[in-house]
Amino acid sequence: MKARDILSVLDAEILTGDENLDMEFYAACGSDLMSDVMAYVKENVVLLTGLVNPQVIRTAEMMDIKLIVFIRGKRPEEKIVEMAREKGIAVMTTNHPMFIACGKLYSAGITERGVWD
Amino acid sequence: MTYGIIRKDFVIPANDFTIAGEASSCVKKMLIQLGVDPQKVKKTAISMYEAEINAVIHANGGIAEVEIDRNKILIRIKDDGPGIPDLELAMQEGYTTAPDSIREMGFGAGMGLPNMRRYADKLEIRTEVGKGTIVEITVFLTDN
Ligand SMILES: Nc1ncnc2c1ncn2[C@@H]1O[C@H](COP(=O)(O)OP(=O)(O)O)[C@@H](O)[C@H]1O
Ligand SMILES: [Mg+2]
Repeated sequence: MKARDILSVLDAEILTGDENLDMEFYAACGSDLMSDVMAYVKENVVLLTGLVNPQVIRTAEMMDIKLIVFIRGKRPEEKIVEMAREKGIAVMTTNHPMFIACGKLYSAGITERGVWD
Repeated sequence: MTYGIIRKDFVIPANDFTIAGEASSCVKKMLIQLGVDPQKVKKTAISMYEAEINAVIHANGGIAEVEIDRNKILIRIKDDGPGIPDLELAMQEGYTTAPDSIREMGFGAGMGLPNMRRYADKLEIRTEVGKGTIVEITVFLTDN
């Protein structure tokens, strides 16, 4: 699924990273704990989180995650958006809560699962 | 890659959670520039980042020494923190002494050391209570 489809499925707003809109995503990880995200082994992952701080962007950077969706209407401050922009990471915000956002993406076809060993 | 050995040191500042990860970010960029395989870059970046975060949240910061040669990437994270009394216990998934304030910032799930073990090719930890901790992460660049 392309980032632009994720944007519409989640009724989201994009805050940075228009250039990533045509990237494909096959798996999603929803978590507020960054070490759990880093235990998730998969490529082309979209990260959904209710946590808003610079470490979310850092975690995405280390994991090569190119799209972060902040849920429940969370909106990172400009400094954090800027940090994502520098690292080539797209940022969206949706009003949906975590469960609904994940459910919508799953129904729309993001069904691949990550690997934990 | 045709280079000898590259060495770089970083300071990991104490108690500044917002800039924690700066050193790992620099190292990641360095490795990409050197043309290291993306999977190896990712393994290195994640392990170093977890170790860097640990130095910040558990040990008042420290230093990172990075050495890259044609065979391997070696990352040494040193701190003068409280040390780890029971390393075997600390290595278990979910074990943490981090307070809720750290969890509210997205860390302290007790997955840092297990993640380092998962991603590093070799992980060596030397720790002494009251003295500090040295975490050594190796990622091999060649197969032998
Ligand atoms: N550099 C360190 N100095 C002192 N204690 C540490 C250090 N690194 C890890 N620990 C101890 O090991 C525990 C487990 O570490 P880790 O697996 O990274 O989980 P977390 O950081 O989420 O607590 C920590 O809660 C802490 O008690
Ligand atoms: Mg940790």
